[in-house]
Amino acid sequence: MVLKAFFPTCCASADSGLLVGRWVPEQSSAVVLAVVHFPFIPIQVKELLAQVQQASQVGVTVLGTWCHRRQEPEESLGHFLEGLGAIFSHKPWFQLCRERGSKSWSCKATHWQGPTSHAASGEDQVMLIFYDQRKVLLSQLHPPAVLPDRQAGDTTASAGGLAAVFDTVARSEALFQSDRFDEGPVRLSHWQSEGVEASILVELAKWAAGPVCLLLACLLSLVSAASACRVFKLWPLSFIWSKLSTCEQLRHRLEQLTLIFSTRKAKNPAQLMRKDLIGQLADALIPVADHVAEELQHLLQWLMGAPAGLKMNRALDQVLGRFFLYHIHLWISYIHLMSPFIERILWHVGLSACLGLTVALSILSDIIALLTFHIYCFYVYGARLYCLKIHGLSSLWRLFRGKKWNVLRQRVDSCSYDLDQLFIGTLLFTILVFLLPTTALYYLVFTLLRLLVVTVQGLIHLLVDLINSLPLYSLGLRLCRPYRLAAGVKFRVLEHETGRPLRLLMQINPLPYSRVVHTYRLPTCGCHPKHSWGSLCRKLFFGELIYPWRQRGDKQD
Amino acid sequence: MEDEQSFSDICGGRLALQRRCYSPSCLEFCLSCPRITLRSLTAVTCTVWLAAYGLFTLCENSMILSAAIFITLLGLLGYLHFVKIDHETLLIIDSLGIQMTSSYASGKESTTFIEMGEVKDVVINEAIYMQKVIYYLCILLKDPVEPHGISQVVPLFQ
Repeated sequence: MVLKAFFPTCCASADSGLLVGRWVPEQSSAVVLAVVHFPFIPIQVKELLAQVQQASQVGVTVLGTWCHRRQEPEESLGHFLEGLGAIFSHKPWFQLCRERGSKSWSCKATHWQGPTSHAASGEDQVMLIFYDQRKVLLSQLHPPAVLPDRQAGDTTASAGGLAAVFDTVARSEALFQSDRFDEGPVRLSHWQSEGVEASILVELAKWAAGPVCLLLACLLSLVSAASACRVFKLWPLSFIWSKLSTCEQLRHRLEQLTLIFSTRKAKNPAQLMRKDLIGQLADALIPVADHVAEELQHLLQWLMGAPAGLKMNRALDQVLGRFFLYHIHLWISYIHLMSPFIERILWHVGLSACLGLTVALSILSDIIALLTFHIYCFYVYGARLYCLKIHGLSSLWRLFRGKKWNVLRQRVDSCSYDLDQLFIGTLLFTILVFLLPTTALYYLVFTLLRLLVVTVQGLIHLLVDLINSLPLYSLGLRLCRPYRLAAGVKFRVLEHETGRPLRLLMQINPLPYSRVVHTYRLPTCGCHPKHSWGSLCRKLFFGELIYPWRQRGDKQD
Repeated sequence: MEDEQSFSDICGGRLALQRRCYSPSCLEFCLSCPRITLRSLTAVTCTVWLAAYGLFTLCENSMILSAAIFITLLGLLGYLHFVKIDHETLLIIDSLGIQMTSSYASGKESTTFIEMGEVKDVVINEAIYMQKVIYYLCILLKDPVEPHGISQVVPLFQ
């Protein structure tokens, strides 16, 4: 196999010294982590390496020598460097050399057969791969296939070649602590030599964040304690809380805020602020409610006439139509009674909208539910009537054929009826059959309206779920520091001259956005539809009531 | 050492294959696809604008024309950025892996690197496409759970 040497780009301009790193025998690759400069005492170097090895469980050793020549090749330095090979024995021993001011590198890897027989040493082909140490240190590799039973332990000989390289660099933090500018026994050169990052503002912010977080955490715990004791005590209140999606969202938001302001570090979605449009909303609400009521009245007038050319039973039609019209009239009076107070109520409720866009959307969904409450009532009336009619029809149809439903055995049995029972049964059956179109039409119209409202509410909840589960932190990280989330690496061949070793540049290939969202998606407070399409159709046909799918009250453990 | 040859793809467009050898352990193959022609571009633009003008005469709304221009521009940008591949490169590095790079007409490059440890075999596969049988090169990847199985088939050179 071809020998590979992973060399950090920051050490390319360092002075001559010893190469320190890890040798991976399975892939025949050497990962260079730092360069130790002259002068040094071999014992101290060995001590430092033993310390680092103990702290990080990475087998760090001296891999070879690095020579950065000024002008002419210096013979004395060459012999000195070869002599070092005898002190720090390592197979194979790398000798990297670079002429200053030019791009030509040379690299030799020799295998010492023993301390006496120098002549029997062999030389292998070496490939130099440059990598950016800081980026590889901070990056996290996302393999394409995630194995569920792979254990991340302290196994040093882990997965495929590149994962081992990333692993080595990430675990060798202990080696990067002292620098060549520090006063120590050993002077090292690595990515920190290019300049340690620091900023006064960042430091001040870090100092101030601690007490502020503590204060906010205390406040939030008080609020959550207060809300916890109220909700579960009074029955009407707890019923309303569970029905309103706003409260669900508020609870969610409270949990998130507690998490953010706690002193633990975690990945969180950021809050989205929204402008206050309460005044406009309040002005718009009353005309909208009026408009909806007017449309409903037109609809009922149409039904009371001859809708779509169908001939309805006049008496039943009039009764149902008048009943629903009176209902609408009551509702409109109620709305007009409340209109002076609506703006103030909305303003107070809208204050909570500063907790985020999702809370505002939930408030919108609840407002829609309240405004269309009469449609919900009509749907319930129509559905109950239709349901009764269908049940009556089916039972009388069984009588027509001479059968009966056995409640004890839960099946249909034959039964002998008397003549008068049969007569009255048949009469009632005929009446119900002929009144069926009228009831069915009312039921159909109101069911469609109700389904429309449920669809709109469902869409809003889907949107809220989407916003809640979007991993904004990860997306921001992918946008600003793409090297942190790596899907893999890419190689580029650098300038090549014949006779010199092959040089490649290894860069980090960032994760595509779709995979970021997929991997880091937050758990949604999932509202999945409870019914399949088949059962939904069956319920609609028989007139059973359909409840909207946002039954989040049941916690799934 | 460079080498250039010319072939034609299944639709009749002209392809150019370039081969470079950097060192005994590193080879690169570069395949250039046929460019977008002025004729096809003009044809598509004219069709879209004629349709928009037809709608405009029906509806008398001038927003349709500006919407058509918008759609043409966005569609062209999207096509160049996401669909139209300019050239593809295959870089084979001994004992390290295989790297495939696709460069799109707008300059976007998308790279995939497969480590040598994951590659099981490189084969030529047949497929039935419309009324023809075409041959394509693909890499078989090892299945991590089953050592003799195959987890993925990666076609090269879209």
